[in-house]
Amino acid sequence: MLTANRLVDGDVLYWQGGAWVLALADGEVFADPKAADAALAAAQSSVTGNVVVSPYLFDVKTDARGIHPVKEREIIRAAGPTVRLDLGKQAGQAPSAERDKQHV
Amino acid sequence: MYRYDEFDARFVAERVAQFRGQVARRLTGELNEEEFKPLRLMNGLYLQLHAYMLRIAVPYGTLSAKQMRMLAHIARKYDRGYGHFTTRQNIQFNWPKLVDVPDILADLATVEMHAIQTSGNCIRNVTADHFAGAAADEIEDPRPIAEIIRQWSSLHPEFLFLPRKFKIAVSGSAHDRAALKFHDMAVEIVRNAAGETGYRVLVGGGMGRTPYVGYVVGDFVAKPDILAFLESVMRVYNQSGRRDNKYKARVKILANALGPEEMRRQVEREFAEIRRAGTLQVPEEELARIDAYFAPPKFEALADDMPQGNRDFVDWVKTNVHAHRAPGYAIATISLKPIGGVPGDASDAQLDAIAELMDRFGQDEIRVSHEQNLVLPHVKKRDLPAIFARLKELDLATPNAGLITDIIACPGLDYCDLANARSIVIAQDISKRFADLGRQHDIGELKIKISGCINACGHHHAGHIGILGVDKKGVEFYQLQLGGSGAEDASIGDIMGPGFPIDEIGPAVERVVDAYVKLRQTGERFLDTYRRVGMEPFKNVAYQEQMYAAHTG
Repeated sequence: MLTANRLVDGDVLYWQGGAWVLALADGEVFADPKAADAALAAAQSSVTGNVVVSPYLFDVKTDARGIHPVKEREIIRAAGPTVRLDLGKQAGQAPSAERDKQHV
Repeated sequence: MYRYDEFDARFVAERVAQFRGQVARRLTGELNEEEFKPLRLMNGLYLQLHAYMLRIAVPYGTLSAKQMRMLAHIARKYDRGYGHFTTRQNIQFNWPKLVDVPDILADLATVEMHAIQTSGNCIRNVTADHFAGAAADEIEDPRPIAEIIRQWSSLHPEFLFLPRKFKIAVSGSAHDRAALKFHDMAVEIVRNAAGETGYRVLVGGGMGRTPYVGYVVGDFVAKPDILAFLESVMRVYNQSGRRDNKYKARVKILANALGPEEMRRQVEREFAEIRRAGTLQVPEEELARIDAYFAPPKFEALADDMPQGNRDFVDWVKTNVHAHRAPGYAIATISLKPIGGVPGDASDAQLDAIAELMDRFGQDEIRVSHEQNLVLPHVKKRDLPAIFARLKELDLATPNAGLITDIIACPGLDYCDLANARSIVIAQDISKRFADLGRQHDIGELKIKISGCINACGHHHAGHIGILGVDKKGVEFYQLQLGGSGAEDASIGDIMGPGFPIDEIGPAVERVVDAYVKLRQTGERFLDTYRRVGMEPFKNVAYQEQMYAAHTG
């Protein structure tokens, strides 16, 4: 998958079909490394357009329950601090008024 | 407390305006991230896992009630209702929006606060003994020299392009509560045989991936010469510190490569050069002017008796109250380590309530300790029961200062972009395991320090028991280190061996502590026993589960 932080507030974003979404579950999983690299290249326009900072690819596994990041770091980024379940995406919090919109 | 003069006020106001412009230009794209990053770091702004993080300076760890209320206001208005006190006596907010940061800095400036020198390759916010100006064992309050160092370092043209960050700590007591020997440079107030006070200067300490204990480079520097001497050290570093490799650029690497004798020679050479020019003396009147800001409150003549109280109060006094220089007064530590809590976190409501306590009982002053607690430095002993009662209502009366549950932990992988593993969950697990206060008292002084990566913000190298989180193919593992100390008997902990999985590190620590209880001799702390018996007996019990699994497996 492809992720980045939103410039204006730092929130974690995921790439989906040429745009950014807030939830890991709504993001696009690239089975093909070439497609992933192409998405990363395409995402540079949101870097130069001052929408996001530092996009990068990370590994996930998928099953019937959904998408699961391989590394602990990405599990925590996708949810929020494990020591404060009332904070972050796991609590339904996004730092922006745009949080109800799927695409950002 | 120190009050801004016109230069300070203008400097901070200009910086706020400058950063407001920089943020605006970043948002419009006039500055790209590569250009903006060093500018935001100069103002304490990081981009972490979930959001931006703003690190605010608490110079030499001293805050007024008004400043504490401002921190509560920022937590409430711009963040998520809490702040995190760090191991460098600063406070961090974990959720600010970039667009709000100029307003936060403007609000901070109204109470003479800022986020300058909390990040980047500069001389960082100077830290101090958190009992400064109050401790019974102190020669002199070290905060005036900390402020002088701050004024000297903030805009010094020679320090604008240092090889790496540079951390300075100060203390005025023989008992080191500021981890002096783990700083790039440290200034300790000492008294010579003639009874005069001056400064002992240490250099080359540090943690991180290459830990070193600092050594003395100046035995007794006369007061007017201190800036010239410190500048001499900085010149040696600036000239010879490595710039080709980030991981070898700290002064500790240079200090270790040169060795004490050659370092002293080079510093003395620079020092003689500066003195020959006849500049950079601290004028006596300026020293007196700064001293006056830190004059202690007028202490009343009070009886020195400790008030009676119930068992809970007595337990709290035993660990959280320390001897004060004035009869009838005491130093009270507010533990930010509730059992199972997040070390160093405080809510906006708690910050406001603490400010009230400062107004009522605390002479309008509080300290942030590098151990992530707060300290009321000047309270009347007769007020201690009322202070304790209020702290209890606020869930801030945990009686564990210096005990095994008073754990230092960095934010770790729950927040930090650099971390390899979580720290806080390990602290919480260990805290719960040793929640029984009788057991904690029986174990005695035992400092556990946890870092989520090799950068060692959780000071694991200096822990009696240190824990380092590492990443093994995306999974968290934890290395144990034993025998570190950040006090005057400073030492770097020894690595025990292979790391433990996350669910095994807590039990391993518990077995190590139980082994200490069996092995100790009368009066020995964990650290003393470790130094006497070495790693082997602890290693045997720590890995017993793994050995059992290997035998049965």
